[in-house]
Amino acid sequence: MRYAMAVDTRKCVGCSDCVVACQTENNVPIGFCRDWVVEVMDGTYPQLEMEIRSERCNHCANSPCVRCCPTGASRFTEGGIVVVQRSVCIGCGACIASCPYDARYPHPDGYVDKCTFCIHRLRKGMSPACVDVCPTKCLSFGDLDDFHSDISDVLKRRKYKTLIPEAGTGPHIYYLI
Amino acid sequence: MKEEIFVSGRMNQLVDPHLHIWHWQISLYLFLGGMAAGILAIAALYYIRGREKDYRTAVRITPFLAPLLLILGLVALFIDLRHKLYFWQLYTNIKLQSPMSWGAWTLMVITPVSFIWCALHIRDIFPKWDWKFKWLNDLEYFLNLHKKTLAWIMLIYAIILGIYTGILLSAFNARPLWNTSILGPLFLTSGLSAGAAVTLILSENKAERRQFARIDLVLIGIELFLIIHMFMGFLASTQVQIEAAKMFLGGEYTVSFWIFVVILGMLFPAILEILELSKYHIPVLIPAVLVIFGSLMLRFIVVYAGQMSRWLY
Repeated sequence: MRYAMAVDTRKCVGCSDCVVACQTENNVPIGFCRDWVVEVMDGTYPQLEMEIRSERCNHCANSPCVRCCPTGASRFTEGGIVVVQRSVCIGCGACIASCPYDARYPHPDGYVDKCTFCIHRLRKGMSPACVDVCPTKCLSFGDLDDFHSDISDVLKRRKYKTLIPEAGTGPHIYYLI
Repeated sequence: MKEEIFVSGRMNQLVDPHLHIWHWQISLYLFLGGMAAGILAIAALYYIRGREKDYRTAVRITPFLAPLLLILGLVALFIDLRHKLYFWQLYTNIKLQSPMSWGAWTLMVITPVSFIWCALHIRDIFPKWDWKFKWLNDLEYFLNLHKKTLAWIMLIYAIILGIYTGILLSAFNARPLWNTSILGPLFLTSGLSAGAAVTLILSENKAERRQFARIDLVLIGIELFLIIHMFMGFLASTQVQIEAAKMFLGGEYTVSFWIFVVILGMLFPAILEILELSKYHIPVLIPAVLVIFGSLMLRFIVVYAGQMSRWLY
């Protein structure tokens, strides 16, 4: 099982609903976020191109955070999801420094926190909160090893890119272009 | 023109607008650990080579600083942790891929070893020292018998500690400035150089002082070579590393790096030591303090600048 997410940059309108849903679902402290929206403007007027991306932890196949963690608090769990075990995390910040996407943040309670693909919802057979709430249905989520899942289907049909693949991380968030 | 903005207003504390998760604690620790590693490596090396009599200060006196520096460094590290009461989790497993895990275990070995080394030489500081208990005296006798083994352990672990302070940073490929394998040897050399400078200050023997001025000179030469090598490597590398190097070649860290680290911390003391060796009388305190200062500034600048360097996207 390999969980992955696809973000359709052609459908995303940048409403930030995914951000709010995540903050509510995961009780993210005020002033922090596990996912965020980036807007890229490219070109010279009037030939302008805009891309809007909902970004989060890439749950990399070759995670620098898992590699650098001195205690094993950052680890892979089912479906390649990268999680932080709070009772093992010492809050040293090595994983935060190691992430090229800056997807992690120090929780005010001391441990390091980040997107979990809403693993508590997945275990109940639900989708991540951001995917469920998206009004344009631009987020697809599923198992790459299941050929009939939403994600496999959309990656077959569409062109996509990943962020900073040259960092050698093997990201699992795909941006449809 | 390409412009990127966070529309959802991401402003995670310590991460945005650029990473600043590590502050003075880490820089100070890297400096103190590096200097302690330098002191212990030099002491062990000269002991193993049987030069204890010639370089008495380096082998028997300077190491008394090492445990103090290590403890201060550990306190700084502890202050830096955000989940402090869980620190013992470092010692529940060994993660070979994580330099920080290596470092934690190395400190676990080198700190007690440095205390033992001091205990064996306590009579150099307090001539009338008595351990009071028979078993402590027996233990001292036993350790004295195996002092050479102890020196080898100390040498190897001191070198690992010195290199690790650099590798700790170079393991992060997310920060292009840190992601160079030169950082390990550079921090080791800088630590050895600071360690030699401490002996230069403490020594009262002229021959020993000359020897350590010479050692410092060689180490400064190696450091300069490594720094040039590092920038050559950056400039011949990918765009992100070119951007990282630019912070030092015209960017915001140019003045602090070249003036404090290279000129005041390396070139100026090197000139003073050359003058000293060619029979001019220079107060030895000046080059030695400058070398130590340069070593401290190197850690601060690399730690802070590294967190500003990033992948562009």
